[in-house]
Amino acid sequence: MIHFDNVTKTYSSQNRPALESVSLDVEKSEFVFLVGPSGSGKSTFLRLILREERPSEGRVYVAGKDLARISNWKVPYLRRRIGCVFQDFRLLPNKSVYANVAFALQVIGKPRRFIRKVVPEVIDLVGLEGKHDRMPHELSGGEQQRVAVARAFVNRPMILLADEPTGNIDPATSIGIMKVLDRINRTGTTVVMATHDAAIVDSMRKRVIELEYGKVVRDQSRGVYGQAY
Amino acid sequence: MRAQFVFSEVWTGLRRNLTMTVALIVVVAISLSLLGTGLLFVKQVNNTRTYWQGKVELSIYLCTTTSVSPQCRQNGPSTPAERSQLGSDLRRLPQVQHVFYESQQQAFQHFKQDFSRDPSFTNLVTQNEIPDSFQVKLVNAQRDFNVVAGTVEGRPGVDQIVNDASILSKFYKLLDGARNAVVIIAIILIVAAILLVANTIRLSAFNRRRETSIMRLVGASNFYIQLPFLVEGVIAGMFGWLIAAGLLIAVKSLGLDTLQQYFPYNVQLGVTDLLEVIVLAMVLGVVLCGMTSFLTLRRYLRA
Repeated sequence: MIHFDNVTKTYSSQNRPALESVSLDVEKSEFVFLVGPSGSGKSTFLRLILREERPSEGRVYVAGKDLARISNWKVPYLRRRIGCVFQDFRLLPNKSVYANVAFALQVIGKPRRFIRKVVPEVIDLVGLEGKHDRMPHELSGGEQQRVAVARAFVNRPMILLADEPTGNIDPATSIGIMKVLDRINRTGTTVVMATHDAAIVDSMRKRVIELEYGKVVRDQSRGVYGQAY
Repeated sequence: MRAQFVFSEVWTGLRRNLTMTVALIVVVAISLSLLGTGLLFVKQVNNTRTYWQGKVELSIYLCTTTSVSPQCRQNGPSTPAERSQLGSDLRRLPQVQHVFYESQQQAFQHFKQDFSRDPSFTNLVTQNEIPDSFQVKLVNAQRDFNVVAGTVEGRPGVDQIVNDASILSKFYKLLDGARNAVVIIAIILIVAAILLVANTIRLSAFNRRRETSIMRLVGASNFYIQLPFLVEGVIAGMFGWLIAAGLLIAVKSLGLDTLQQYFPYNVQLGVTDLLEVIVLAMVLGVVLCGMTSFLTLRRYLRA
């Protein structure tokens, strides 16, 4: 599903590459944790999959497609097949839960009938039934993140990228978020989650890729966060 | 494409930076109406000019029994022999394109027509007091006037030789000057309008950077991301144009049409002239606002 072929990414303002000679594969419907200290290249890894950045060297393939060969105007169609969740939720503060989720479908031109059918299903899936009309500021952090997950998943992407989705949430609530991500993973969606949360990684027992200074230092199926912690 | 969604986005965008939107509409309105006024001036000048160009360029007035000039009093009124000699001499000149003899009776008819608004004046004048004349159309009015005038000047029966172009040129200079001033101000204002559109759209894009970043994230096409901004600019342009159209109608009916009272003949601009200018202003306004917002966004929302 995701294939990195000897990828190096150097930002023009820095000497040290953010990612250096990374080669790896993520299979369809796999659940992968991306761990490592800040600045180890986790976010760059995710941005390369989204084609927000282009690699300095090497190639990135998503769903069998070489991202370097996708023309600019086709990038939106790539992103429709990749959902994204962030630490800071990135909800629209002036829109209700329902409207936030529906927004993702409206802006890609889905018909209204389809939106009316699909959005409530996804809101139920993330465990926010009955809260359609709440505004984001009326929700707890965990609930806001559920809305963000619903928005990322509403278009049934092949891949869900999560950049420290539990970073702003207390451990008890985080477990709830992880259950939602796990549920989404079980529908066949590939999930790549960057995180610092050792407890979560250890409890899930999924594949763990550890980055350090832009290099893959560990790639372990059914791994834990790391011996050092 | 979901029109309702796009328009609700446009509405929030316009409402959120209302002051800039109003400023934009006002500037677009003023610049378009000034430009339109300039164009109406051009049309008005052309209208007036076309009328004259079809007419005489050289009038040779003949002596009558009531003429007061010294040479007429010396030579007496023109005789039929003098007139036919004069006519055939004029026709023989290569610089002359066309000669028309206007009798006193015809001249009097014209006079009465021209001053029909002022009957007390026409009643005072009799047919005898209006001179007959040769109306000459020259091949080249600028160059040939002196040559033709020189050959007939001082002949018995000839009173005055009048160059019509010289009378009108002052008037034209005035109109041309006014038109140029209007067009120059309009161009400066259009540049201001372009900058304002760019600024408004940039502010709008900044206000909605959350929305646009999410749109990019979930894979909205660039066109879909830009469309609300584009429509925003075009709508502001349309509002400006509507105001400008109203102002142009006012300029025509209250300003230019009053010129008519200074002219005996019809120089009034038609409705089609006005419509042409208004439609042109609309196209310009919409293209200007649309293009500017499109180009601004390309720099601002680059993926």
